[in-house]
Amino acid sequence: MGSSPTASRSSSNNCIRQPNASGQASQADDHGNTTMTVGEDQMSAEEVEAPQEGMGAVKATVEDRDDDGYRPPLPPRPNLSKTPERPTTPGGLNTSHRRPSLLSKPTTAVSSIDIQTLSFPDGSRGTFSTPASRSVSESAALDTPGSMTPKGKHSQNGSEGDDTTSLMSYAPTMKGTGDLASLLNDDINAQSPAWRLLSSKADTVNPFEAIDYENTSLLNFENEFNEIAPVDSKGGNEEELLTQFKAKYKHYLCLSSAGKPIYSRHGDQNLINGYIGIIQTLISFYEGSKDPLHGFTAGGTRFVIFIAGPLYFVAISRLGESDAQLRSQLEALYMQILSTLTLPTLTHLFSNRPNTDLRRPLEGTETLLSSLADTFTKGSPSALLSALECLKLRKSQRYVINNTLLKARTEKLLYGLIVAGGRLVSVVRPKRHSLHPSDLQLIFNMLFEAGGVKAGGGENWIPLCLPGFNNRGYLYMYVSFLSAYDDGQDGEERPSTPGSSAREDEIAVLLISAEKESFYELKQMRDDVVSQLEKNGSMDIIKAAVRQGRPSTADIVPGTQLRHFLYKSRANVQYTMPSFNPYFNGLLPQRRLMNLYNNLHAQIHAKHSHLKVLHSVSRDSVSLAWSTPLFEFYCVAGPNASRASIAHGANKVIQWVKREEERVFIIGGAVF
Amino acid sequence: MADSTAAAPKPSSSVKLVLLGEAAVGKSSLVLRFVNNDFQENKEPTIGAAFLTQKCNLPTRTIKFEIWDTAGQERFASLAPMYYRNAQSALVVYDLTKPTSLIKAKHWVAELQRQASPGIVIALVGNKLDLTNETSEPADPLNDDGDADTTEGDDSSGDARKISTAEAKSYAEEEGLLFFETSAKLGTNVTEVFTAIANAIPETSLKGARGPGATQAGAGSGANDQSRVSLTGPRDNASKEGCAC
Repeated sequence: MGSSPTASRSSSNNCIRQPNASGQASQADDHGNTTMTVGEDQMSAEEVEAPQEGMGAVKATVEDRDDDGYRPPLPPRPNLSKTPERPTTPGGLNTSHRRPSLLSKPTTAVSSIDIQTLSFPDGSRGTFSTPASRSVSESAALDTPGSMTPKGKHSQNGSEGDDTTSLMSYAPTMKGTGDLASLLNDDINAQSPAWRLLSSKADTVNPFEAIDYENTSLLNFENEFNEIAPVDSKGGNEEELLTQFKAKYKHYLCLSSAGKPIYSRHGDQNLINGYIGIIQTLISFYEGSKDPLHGFTAGGTRFVIFIAGPLYFVAISRLGESDAQLRSQLEALYMQILSTLTLPTLTHLFSNRPNTDLRRPLEGTETLLSSLADTFTKGSPSALLSALECLKLRKSQRYVINNTLLKARTEKLLYGLIVAGGRLVSVVRPKRHSLHPSDLQLIFNMLFEAGGVKAGGGENWIPLCLPGFNNRGYLYMYVSFLSAYDDGQDGEERPSTPGSSAREDEIAVLLISAEKESFYELKQMRDDVVSQLEKNGSMDIIKAAVRQGRPSTADIVPGTQLRHFLYKSRANVQYTMPSFNPYFNGLLPQRRLMNLYNNLHAQIHAKHSHLKVLHSVSRDSVSLAWSTPLFEFYCVAGPNASRASIAHGANKVIQWVKREEERVFIIGGAVF
Repeated sequence: MADSTAAAPKPSSSVKLVLLGEAAVGKSSLVLRFVNNDFQENKEPTIGAAFLTQKCNLPTRTIKFEIWDTAGQERFASLAPMYYRNAQSALVVYDLTKPTSLIKAKHWVAELQRQASPGIVIALVGNKLDLTNETSEPADPLNDDGDADTTEGDDSSGDARKISTAEAKSYAEEEGLLFFETSAKLGTNVTEVFTAIANAIPETSLKGARGPGATQAGAGSGANDQSRVSLTGPRDNASKEGCAC
């Protein structure tokens, strides 16, 4: 596959401008489709449009490749006859739902920008008045549809507006489950006993388990994060470095509109200068004709461009992410730069000297940009869903923690947070100001991914701009870390979870102030909070919860065939998920899982698709995406799981979330 | 952070210390060596500033250092006054393989002498001694290691030193600074720097030890002459025991 960045040279005439792009992208699908450069259209995908009252359009796609000989044909599909509008040409349906990405603007409130209109974390959603006491989705669901319309309004271009109209028909979680079950619980997947005896067809096969037909996608993904050595002075190693450079699945470039390199995830300046020149020429050409270039494809590689004032950002991906997803990643990088410099400074630098070299003012933040980029490359549910994860605690326990923070609060405090391994434990904030997930993403990245702050030890006082809060000025953040393992119960060993890195058990106290001199005051507050938390037992509870980690899917729904899921509560802008253990341990399995989620997410958020439920079958997994105005739900099971069982599992999970809603999510938060 | 110094038999007092210097000269590494006796290869840049504490036992008293480890990048320079304002001592660090870092260090010294508390004890520290050949002299088995890591030095002989000891030392004498060459990586001279500073802090400025705000009054102009005088003592000491020059 000529998917190296050099390919852009020859294929730059492939450039397609966004609005009318529809058919060119060959999106790499992780289920082996990447090997099929042309073959995607030939896939014998079956699509069922089943217009049902209350459910909206339901698509179930069954993908099967004709290039594999051993797989028997699908069982008969009795309800096909009932769908008169079934598209007859596979090509036609492919353009309709397999390439949503090209139409991308961020389509719903899920993008990090749009999400900001939904205030965090209590669903009181800034601009319109919802009582702060509104707590669980039950009450939200019982509201009139009107209560949801503001959200639709806020997502300017989303398909979400459509959701609101039919809200009542399936909004309540419990009711919705019935619909899903009835829809999927037919005898479509009835299998003969002999069939079931085939070991390869056993229900116990896990997603991505059968690797005999493993394609070359994600080959050498382990090397993705290895550093490329600098070009030596004589340029003797250039050939070799270029090979390494091209082997990367993901590149992020940032350059100024004058063509000065600012940041590149891989390769030093000598290596990337040529590419920077080409990219700058391409972008400027379209800029000049007032018809900005949004993205283009070369081989299996997708190039997505995001222009922010004087800065050009380019994401180059062979991981099959959608344009909207890549663009939101680029936006996050831009937010990181703003967080370092603030918007006025950035504007000032470039209005004074358009050819400013931004690397100097950004000195020292390369690690932050890189860790952010690597988070995206590894695949982050938080980034995908633009939502936060909370540490699961009892409501009363969280209440005590909130109150401890509130009681110790000093005059200068703006936001106070306790975070455990990137999961929010508690947050206190002024009534008037919400905290934006995109800002928290930057903070969490700095504290838990980049490691520079933590490695120094001690307490930290960090000036930073939170662009979602205010991109014009700095706030000052007090940070101190506690380990979940440094208390008296040291005797018990750490749970043997290879997947969980050290970041999982770091507990951080963050206190944010607008006052740059308030370090000692906030330090005092932190000391008070920690000693109080220790006194009232909350610290032990937090530590225990951290040590316990996320529950496994089997803990949540015993005996289920689901292997993993993501549940995002739209109102709370938070998500919950089970542990990646034991099925998705390690870099590669996790990336495969995230590829799957990326695809589901892209398809369910595709403009004009109006998908509510998407049941997707591929050779190595079965997955389900389900979107309602209250939640987005994605889940994965092994390749032989029946529709009925996956639907059953999904219902069970949603019931579980509903039951545990006030534990897995922070609802209301603590306001002062 | 342990912050109970209460039960110490010797008189104990807090000393606020600030580290200044160009980016990537090894400020955080010096602190990490001093506080945790640890070293990290390729440490990520400090963001903002880190606050750490460490006790230093002298024969007659215990000094509790409250250390502000600041970020060296240009954009944080405007925040520096906040950290050195009430500091009784400062460590100005340069990288002895990088000439520009000494220039930057001189700027910091000038700014401290102009703006910081008059009695402030300043130590000039040339870090990354492990990148030079000289470490071998005080019987150092890690010499090979030091040479192997000379990635940044252009000098093929393995000696990446760009700033001679004499040059930096004569500047330090001119300005009345303590002077050391250290290696945070090998631990050479690191504790010595802090001990020398602790010794150089005049008694008078230790009176109102607890609150850094209150200390300033005590460390005021009265202490100035005294501190300058007392500087010579420990420095002679130091160069005998520590400095490998």
